[in-house]
Amino acid sequence: MAIDYNERIPNNVELSENRRLQRALEAWQPAYLDWWKELGPVGTLNYDVYLRTAISVEANGWANFGYVRMPDYRWGIFLAKPVEGRTIPFGDHKGEPVWNEVPGEYRAALRRLIVTQGDTEPAAVEQQRLLGQTCPSLYDLRNLFQLNVEEGRHCWAMVYLLHAYFGRDGREEAEAMLERHSGDAEKPRILGAFNEKTADWLSYYMFSFFTDRDGKYQLASLAESGFDPLARTCQFMLTEEAHHMFVGESGVMRIVERACQLMRDHKTDEVRKFGGIDLATLQKYINFHFSVSLDLFGQEISTNAANYFTQGLKGRFHETKIEDDHKLRDATWPVHQLVDGRIVPVDQPALIAVNERLRQDYINDCQRGLNRWNKVIQSYGIDYEFRLPHRAFNRRIGTFGDVNVTPDGKVITEEVWQRSKGAWLPSDDDRGFIATLMQPVIEPGKIAGWIAPPPRGINGMPFEYEYVRFN
Amino acid sequence: MPAEAATQATSAPARIDFQTHPDRYRHWKLTFDGPVARLTMDVSEDATLKPGYTLKLNSYDLGVDIELYDAIQRLRFEHPEVGCVVVTSAKPRVFCAGANINMLGKSTHAHKVNFCKFTNETRNGIEDATENSHQVYLCAINGTAAGGGYELALACDYIMLIDDGSSTVSLPELPLLAVLPGTGGLTRLVDKRRVRHDRADFFCTTSEGIRGKRAVDWALIDELVPRSKFDETVAERAKAFAVKSDRPRHAKGIALGPLARAFEGDRIVYDSVAVEIDRAQSLATITVKAPTAPPPADVAAMHAQGASFWPLALARALDDAIVHLRTNEEEIGTWVFRTTGNAEYVLATDRFLLDHQHDWLAREILLYLKRTLKRIDVSSRSLIALIEPGSCFAGLLLELVVAADRSYMLNGVRAGANEQPAAVRLSAINFGALPMVNGLSRLARRCYDDAARLEALRKEVGRAIEAEEAEALGLVTFVPDDIDWEDEVRLAIEERASFSPDGLTGMEASLRFAGPETMESKIFGRLSAWQNWIFQRPNAAGEDGALKLYGTGRKPGYDKHRV
Repeated sequence: MAIDYNERIPNNVELSENRRLQRALEAWQPAYLDWWKELGPVGTLNYDVYLRTAISVEANGWANFGYVRMPDYRWGIFLAKPVEGRTIPFGDHKGEPVWNEVPGEYRAALRRLIVTQGDTEPAAVEQQRLLGQTCPSLYDLRNLFQLNVEEGRHCWAMVYLLHAYFGRDGREEAEAMLERHSGDAEKPRILGAFNEKTADWLSYYMFSFFTDRDGKYQLASLAESGFDPLARTCQFMLTEEAHHMFVGESGVMRIVERACQLMRDHKTDEVRKFGGIDLATLQKYINFHFSVSLDLFGQEISTNAANYFTQGLKGRFHETKIEDDHKLRDATWPVHQLVDGRIVPVDQPALIAVNERLRQDYINDCQRGLNRWNKVIQSYGIDYEFRLPHRAFNRRIGTFGDVNVTPDGKVITEEVWQRSKGAWLPSDDDRGFIATLMQPVIEPGKIAGWIAPPPRGINGMPFEYEYVRFN
Repeated sequence: MPAEAATQATSAPARIDFQTHPDRYRHWKLTFDGPVARLTMDVSEDATLKPGYTLKLNSYDLGVDIELYDAIQRLRFEHPEVGCVVVTSAKPRVFCAGANINMLGKSTHAHKVNFCKFTNETRNGIEDATENSHQVYLCAINGTAAGGGYELALACDYIMLIDDGSSTVSLPELPLLAVLPGTGGLTRLVDKRRVRHDRADFFCTTSEGIRGKRAVDWALIDELVPRSKFDETVAERAKAFAVKSDRPRHAKGIALGPLARAFEGDRIVYDSVAVEIDRAQSLATITVKAPTAPPPADVAAMHAQGASFWPLALARALDDAIVHLRTNEEEIGTWVFRTTGNAEYVLATDRFLLDHQHDWLAREILLYLKRTLKRIDVSSRSLIALIEPGSCFAGLLLELVVAADRSYMLNGVRAGANEQPAAVRLSAINFGALPMVNGLSRLARRCYDDAARLEALRKEVGRAIEAEEAEALGLVTFVPDDIDWEDEVRLAIEERASFSPDGLTGMEASLRFAGPETMESKIFGRLSAWQNWIFQRPNAAGEDGALKLYGTGRKPGYDKHRV
């Protein structure tokens, strides 16, 4: 039976012409659907969800709205349009035409990059699979599902590259991506942060703001790749990732807004007894999610990152907008290190500090988000400010993995850390309190008491719109 | 920074000491559960032997391997009850990343080669423990095992890999560093594990390695174990191996106490060995003292003597002296062996050991002597034995004569001296109990492919054989008399010191191992030779070489000529 590939899998990669790819995806797709049914959002197979589906890379093509049952979602394969005459923007191959096939020499490195990126995408879906049961509103529930299907699509995007360019090994890696599961006792996800449960909606918004933002920076640096199919794939994923950032940032902002309203109305900082989440608790969640997300950038000094750069596989954020030689032969970059018990920047060869530079870009970006949250607090005339903790705070990976550091960047003993960490990171009590707030609100137009409604709905629809039909 | 480097260059490098104790380990934990021991690798990143690198991801330097060697020795002597040793890692998701690359990059060529030799000997020692001490090594790979990490596993008898969808075994040296796996990996893949050479080719060029089912199918590992069942299954297998071992469950081990050793300028004095260094001649004289009493009456008395029992004390002292000289005295190119004392006591001790091989301790001592003599065979030093009146080159100690590249025996006595002429004595121990790396006894190597001559020697066991007869039997090289002795010996030593040390090393290594190849001989001969060549080549060690550039993120440039 002839399958209309373009209908089932919207794409701009001429899927209907490519037999090898069809064969690969035919085998993989059923496994993917099984995975979605088993480990996707719990109990949602019959829901009709008002979702956005990308059907082309044209300006109007990436955002088609309509009700969809999630297992029927048309997970498409899209690459940003090729740039005529694009050359490799950095590394030893700078200035050479981009590769449209995998160079044999870099096959293993490219595959590793794609697998590591791809592994995080379904992981996020797995981590969030229970959240739908405690949504604060239909609007939020719909946003959760939108992110879930898009993480699924991002998995597809990486699987496409594996299938299209890496032969048998690629197919095996694509299968393995569905075999590893978040938090699984047998086969956990590759990166530690993706094996933690996303327990509540506050964590979810923080995750979307901080951890998805790591994804954005990883994708952005892969979007510079000399391997053009990878660059174009990531370029297109970034448009969706921007929406994920929005969901996280606006989600936290609405919680802040609600807290401020309660503070104003009841003239108290202690908004918990009025069903809100106090700013001090939010600061603790910021501390936690920021620090675990920093770990995702890897070692401060990284040979792998340096190799990827030199090889032209993974660049820096906005590589082409940086004004330097894009080879980093002699450049240096200040890397924070522990020297005589103090944390100070030390100049290191920029090439091996590529991770650290990306981490710095990320930190700057996070700070911009915090500034916007702080503006909300200011607008209520409240004297409080969120602050990002020091980059060395609560780290598990890299130079600071073995030391205890306060949010201000002071090195402390294990004993002091144990005594003080409850003031800096969410305690069991804090998490217990947040859990009590997690009561589902599924009536259109209604919203939970700990979060403010959004200023506007989806695609011009009002907040009251029935974004999810439970059937 | 330049000032610091300058002071380091001028001050003498610190002596690397091979003596340690579990109480002082920085990188390993040794724990016991009845007949099963666990050797857990947990490398302290900053506890390096030299400055300039950190031991990330359970990577190792010589310091880490010295502890490993110590642990293996103690397991044999201090723990007769242990029938199985589990080698594993305490680091999450990482088993061992192999030899530290930055350490290799910063080391002199000589240090690298020496480091490889010692690590190879340690891994051979693991196989010797499994095969001959019946202390079976089981490797529980609970994370990524790369390069030397996987080679450590290859030295074990049974390899279990965690099936977590990520952990791989790999030998990425060639693709990443342009060198070879230096501790037997290539040889063990095809010779020991019978991995097909074509698959081994793929495996050794795939930097990220192989995991899961394919790792079992290709015989890279023995068993793949689900993550949740890993600890339990490892414990089960270890127990089963321990049960099969013939090691005595209720015996008491003997303590390897601190080695009696004194550094006195250019002299190193042990109980049964003395080393004297003559820097002008690039010479170390190693004098072995015979026991001062007959062997103990019985096995119980031997156990009571413990580490002070002469052959064990000798093995420990010789072992330490050899690795010390190799590592800390690189310019001392010639080792001269002398002996002094009562040859009859040496022969009696030989007999005692051979008669009591059923006892675990006697067996261990014989095996330790075997390994120590093997160390001498593979040392890149010229070996000369001097046999003079008052010496006791008998049985076990005669091995030093047969091991030497050349031996000189004084014919007759010195004018005016009141002494017996020098004699050598064969014992049963010379005929197979102390084989070389090629599996032959040193005598069989000397009489290679001449069974009749070897048989004839067997008839001479126990007898005092003087110079001319020893020469006729092929036991010694030259037999100068009193008048010629001083000059002959002096010339031999001076001439030796004048040759190229590299040329000598290559020649000696090529001449010493007549006869068949074994896995061990291939590792020391073929693999090490290739590796040492590659280590020197610009593609690895040049300014644009892969080893030199590793960690900088810069891409190596290769000279494409095949040599």
